[in-house]
Amino acid sequence: MARITYAQALIDALHLSMAEDPRINMIGSYVLGLGPLRGLVDRLKADFGDRIVDPPCSESAIVSLGIGAAMAGDRPFVDIGTASFLFEGWSQIVNEAGNAHYMTGGQVAVPAVFHMLHGLRGGSAAQHGHSPQAMLWNAPGIEIVLPASPRDAKGLMRSALKSPNPTVVLDHAKLLGLEGEVPEGDFEIPLGVAEVKREGADVTIVATSLMVSLALQAAEALAGDGIEAEVVDPRTLVPFDRETILASVAKTGRLVVVDEANMSCSVASEIAATVAEAAFSDLKAPIRRVCRPDTPIPFSPPLEAEIAVNADKIAAAARHVCG
Amino acid sequence: MTAPAADRRRAIFARMLLMRRLEESVALMSKDHPFGHFHLYIGQEATGAAVIEALRPTDLATTTHRNHGHLVGRGADEKAVLAEILGRADGCNGGRGGTLHVTDRDRGFLATSAVVGGSIGLGTGAAHALKRQGKGAVCAAFFGDGAMEEGIAFETLNLAALWRLPVLYVCENNSRGALGARAGEFPTSEMAAPKLSGIPESLGIRTAVVDGADADAVHAAAADAVDALRAGDGPVFLEARTERWPGSRPLWPELLTGETDLALAWEPERIAGDHAAWIREQDPILRYARVLTDAGVCTRDDLAAIDRDVRDRMAAARDFAAASPWPDARSATDTVFALEA
Repeated sequence: MARITYAQALIDALHLSMAEDPRINMIGSYVLGLGPLRGLVDRLKADFGDRIVDPPCSESAIVSLGIGAAMAGDRPFVDIGTASFLFEGWSQIVNEAGNAHYMTGGQVAVPAVFHMLHGLRGGSAAQHGHSPQAMLWNAPGIEIVLPASPRDAKGLMRSALKSPNPTVVLDHAKLLGLEGEVPEGDFEIPLGVAEVKREGADVTIVATSLMVSLALQAAEALAGDGIEAEVVDPRTLVPFDRETILASVAKTGRLVVVDEANMSCSVASEIAATVAEAAFSDLKAPIRRVCRPDTPIPFSPPLEAEIAVNADKIAAAARHVCG
Repeated sequence: MTAPAADRRRAIFARMLLMRRLEESVALMSKDHPFGHFHLYIGQEATGAAVIEALRPTDLATTTHRNHGHLVGRGADEKAVLAEILGRADGCNGGRGGTLHVTDRDRGFLATSAVVGGSIGLGTGAAHALKRQGKGAVCAAFFGDGAMEEGIAFETLNLAALWRLPVLYVCENNSRGALGARAGEFPTSEMAAPKLSGIPESLGIRTAVVDGADADAVHAAAADAVDALRAGDGPVFLEARTERWPGSRPLWPELLTGETDLALAWEPERIAGDHAAWIREQDPILRYARVLTDAGVCTRDDLAAIDRDVRDRMAAARDFAAASPWPDARSATDTVFALEA
């Protein structure tokens, strides 16, 4: 085990995968954004420079390029940059990548990874801070990966790059500098396996990506009140590990679901509906969702803080369902 | 322009006729089998057949909603193509694609996108992979003039030019003579550019404009283009202009020009009716039949024999498609995800 940043873990996964599979190539190399950690990408450029291209600002074309290249036998890693820019390539990802295998009757697969940085990051304002995972979940045929820790970032990216399907990996912009223990060398986490990040008997908190860190903070605060929260991270939305969440709810009888996207038709909404449908009789209280309100993201810091999900809001929801 | 070798010209003609008879069968079967909205390739056969003749089997292709001709022209089994158009279990895509998405991966078709402009980006992506793989293969991306109205066309042309990708853009401009601007007519493309090929030219892409109903001219341009692609010279944009087939004017295609009578190639005095001018001057099948007999490449009997064979194949394909079972309804949620790639 080594203690490294999330960004380092992500680059380690890419380096390992590119070293072992020459079909993997990168379309876009601003994987870590433009922040202070971006220099970590230089290691990939030094060792695999001939497999990295940096395209112009043409998100629609580069998503399509990745899909077409995957259909023709490559394993492209396509970097979209900020997740809000995925909307420029929305038709390509939803209408081409997600449909290709099904509508060809299984003749054509799209083994491509689409990587992007999502979420509120301070000053993103309305057009650079989207968390489009719920929108993607509403489109069939696309795998959705949401790492929450350096360990997950490495293990899940290794699996995403081996997947035969179009896979969107959403890293939260605020997780890149997070440090944690990560196994060295070859290490994978299969897609579709949730992780119980903290055990507890009183309430289940389901969270993904950065929301896992906030849920764990909330759980510490709740423990001070004598409430033991179990934090469950699905880690991938597609495939979705329903059983681990249902097992936790069967144990605790209470559920709070946290999602950074705005509430209507959010990831939290889908998970709440799934649990209500499958395990209503296990519930001792109504499910609570903790999400952003249905507004665009404001620029000014107090306005952004007002709409952002935080540990206090999660803890308050947990106290409410336990009350 | 040097004409292609005799065997190639015969192969092109046979492909063209297969495309035509397939589309006539589609129009015929649409009366008894309401499979919805569909698009016929009639009038554009010379373009697809000649471009396909210029490709190698290892080259790849992407196409559009107007795909039927490309598929059978490149050797897809006409039985499976027709069954797919009817949504049957024996269709190329097992009934999951239908007329808009007929695909045959074994014939090099990666994607049949019915989103206008979709085939341009996907074909460019395939070319990106082919260049990296270094085996000298190219990708042909077929699309219509309307695709040039889409933003992705500009984005991908730019990328292909910057990275010198081995992609042949085959723009089948079938809007010449279209009456789309008139009230009540089916719309056609509208571009401010005086010619479509001016757009790729502005990005430094090599272009060629040909009469899309002249099979020899298309073949010469496509063969040149493919040579340039294989030499690593970067993308080529081939604009093949055709006079719009009268039957495609309404939203629902109709065989306004009737079932093609090959003998009209040599008996133009028998051509009559509202669409006589198109049949006499534009129909690429009749034009090529005349060219081949005038050049002594084939006799009328040779061409009639090809037609008999094609008609027999299409009759068998219609029977096969009509008899093919519906897919098992319980399979509707299968194959969303690949298990391997």
